[in-house]
Amino acid sequence: MSETFPQVSRPQPEPPAAPARAYASRLRTLLARPELGSVVGAVAVFAFFALTADSFLRAASLSTVLYASSTIGIMAVPVALLMIGGEFDLSAGVLVTSSALVSSMVSYQATANVWVGIAVSLPVTLAVGAFNGFLLTRTKLPSFIITLGTFLMLTGMNLGFTKLIGATVSTKSIADMDGFPAARAVFASTLTVGGVGVKVTILWWLGLVALASWVLLRTRAGNWIFAVGGNREAARAVGVPVTRTRIGLYMGVALGAWISGQHLLFAYDVVQSGEGVGNELIYIIAAVIGGCLITGGYGSAVGSAIGALIFGMTSKGIVFAEWNPDWFKFFLGAMLLLATLLNAWVRKRAEATR
Amino acid sequence: MARFRTWVGIALAGALTLSLVGCSSAGGKRAEDARKAAAAGGRAAVDTPRWTFAMITHSGDGDTFWDIVQSGAEQAALKDNVNFLYSHDDEAQQQAQLVDAAVDKKVDGIIVTLAKPDALKAAVARAGKAGIPVITVNSGSGESARFGALTHVGQDETVAGEAVGEELNRRGRERALCVLHEQGNVGHEQRCDGVEKTFDGTLQRLYVNGTSMPDVQSALEAKLQTDRLVDAVVTLGAPYADTAVKARQGAGSDAEIDTFDLNAKVAAGLEDGSLGFAVDQQPYLQGYEAVDLLWLYKYNADVLGGGRPVLTGPQILTKDDAAALAAYTKRGTR
Repeated sequence: MSETFPQVSRPQPEPPAAPARAYASRLRTLLARPELGSVVGAVAVFAFFALTADSFLRAASLSTVLYASSTIGIMAVPVALLMIGGEFDLSAGVLVTSSALVSSMVSYQATANVWVGIAVSLPVTLAVGAFNGFLLTRTKLPSFIITLGTFLMLTGMNLGFTKLIGATVSTKSIADMDGFPAARAVFASTLTVGGVGVKVTILWWLGLVALASWVLLRTRAGNWIFAVGGNREAARAVGVPVTRTRIGLYMGVALGAWISGQHLLFAYDVVQSGEGVGNELIYIIAAVIGGCLITGGYGSAVGSAIGALIFGMTSKGIVFAEWNPDWFKFFLGAMLLLATLLNAWVRKRAEATR
Repeated sequence: MARFRTWVGIALAGALTLSLVGCSSAGGKRAEDARKAAAAGGRAAVDTPRWTFAMITHSGDGDTFWDIVQSGAEQAALKDNVNFLYSHDDEAQQQAQLVDAAVDKKVDGIIVTLAKPDALKAAVARAGKAGIPVITVNSGSGESARFGALTHVGQDETVAGEAVGEELNRRGRERALCVLHEQGNVGHEQRCDGVEKTFDGTLQRLYVNGTSMPDVQSALEAKLQTDRLVDAVVTLGAPYADTAVKARQGAGSDAEIDTFDLNAKVAAGLEDGSLGFAVDQQPYLQGYEAVDLLWLYKYNADVLGGGRPVLTGPQILTKDDAAALAAYTKRGTR
């Protein structure tokens, strides 16, 4: 940590202290972590469903829960980074579908190896992210408005292009094309660990969490993200490349959308053009439950993963517990409020002890 | 705070007074309860073990059609001494995960809709591997047998569309409008394709935003105002038929409104002549038969349909059927 950039609301390793005080300071560092509140929440939710749903603790059930969490978590990581940078992305949900559609249609229409579609889809998806970031930095409009526009345009383009090119509302199956088995292995395979199927998306998810944590906590770019989200003008004044950072964050979300989109395509061979709407809010919820502040400058990648895990446990736990699914959204909303209140409370306590 | 409490007290007292004096002599909850009591009762009619069947559909939240499917399934579950679980999600990926969850629970039978067949292929195969019998309902007649399901119970959308086209010919219509309220729904496209196939006149498609009724009405009104020659409007869902009637009034058009599916309003519309005909796929039957066929398979290894779909429609309903239907639609079983 020898940069000349401002240090923003992040726990600093304390100078070596006497052993008696070392324990107290470690505890304080732990209390100041953004994801602490969500960890408490996750343990509570897990214990709750373990007690109320008898099939919840089976290995196969936990694997299903983890898979559900990973499909949200892969997107929640870059969305959390974006929120730490102080911005929103409402187009993230449909961008996943767009990415899968591009990949599928390029491969099918060109009768090319599926890897061609995958390769074309990446720059196209990243371009949408760059477009969001570019508009944001050039127009000074709030990201809420800009990405809302992108969201609507993408929703229309998903359907319009799919019908224009394929004459139906979903893509044609590419399961019999060259390269499909290998691509499926990368994006949508199931590994058997001790007799239980573990979906490869879980590995992608953990990999992304590790990468994002490293970027946030160990690199200059991480500092820039915190600085931009904390106070943009101050960051600019001390020489943080604000524009580049914000565009980069949107491209990060696009990268996540590309991974999720390829998973959708290779898990199911076919993509429905109308899907993905509404998921952007779920990614934001996962990030917020995990301790990200809506106002930016605070949060963590690990927190977003725990938020996604809470979401996955709840959405599937309600099924395992055989509850009436009509109430699902109610529980989700209540949980979001509770988790955020808990976060705020824990953070206040942590700041008081500093 | 004290003032707040006073207000709450006043509000509660008011509500109580209103509920005492403001009784309605017709309709309402009391009439519904009376109808329910008159409907089929609820006690198991068999002494087979209490099996658990899970039903997973692609319905969104709060869909009237699926309420009827569910009530049919619940009625059969009651009779067959079955513990019936229902869950749904309109996102293919989420629906597949729900099927996975049912397999994890080791249920005794699974009922699933294949609106997005490719997305559910793996989950259905997993159920088969776990030795859980699967029956598909409503959508996926083409894939059902290939995925290893016992039977498919439902309506072939193209066949239903063809029936509508023929009925329009019989009524001497020449310029029809197919109103699609869900962009991206393959079944809806198939319905309009079917109409197109058999209808001798011209058929236009109009896409509307089904999640917003005012939107649907204004779009239809605009269309009927600009194209004065339209003499038949076909809506693809019962709730939209009533909206189409309103749009017809607004546009001053005299087109006949016909619809897929049925609800209480459609039954009333058939009776008073504001609607031409409805084509029904009997959702109650889909839910009821699915549970009952699973029960028969578990109890007696019976399979219905001989490898072909068991069709619950299309059934063309007109003014002649309306009187009988009214009571059943109010009860929530048609």
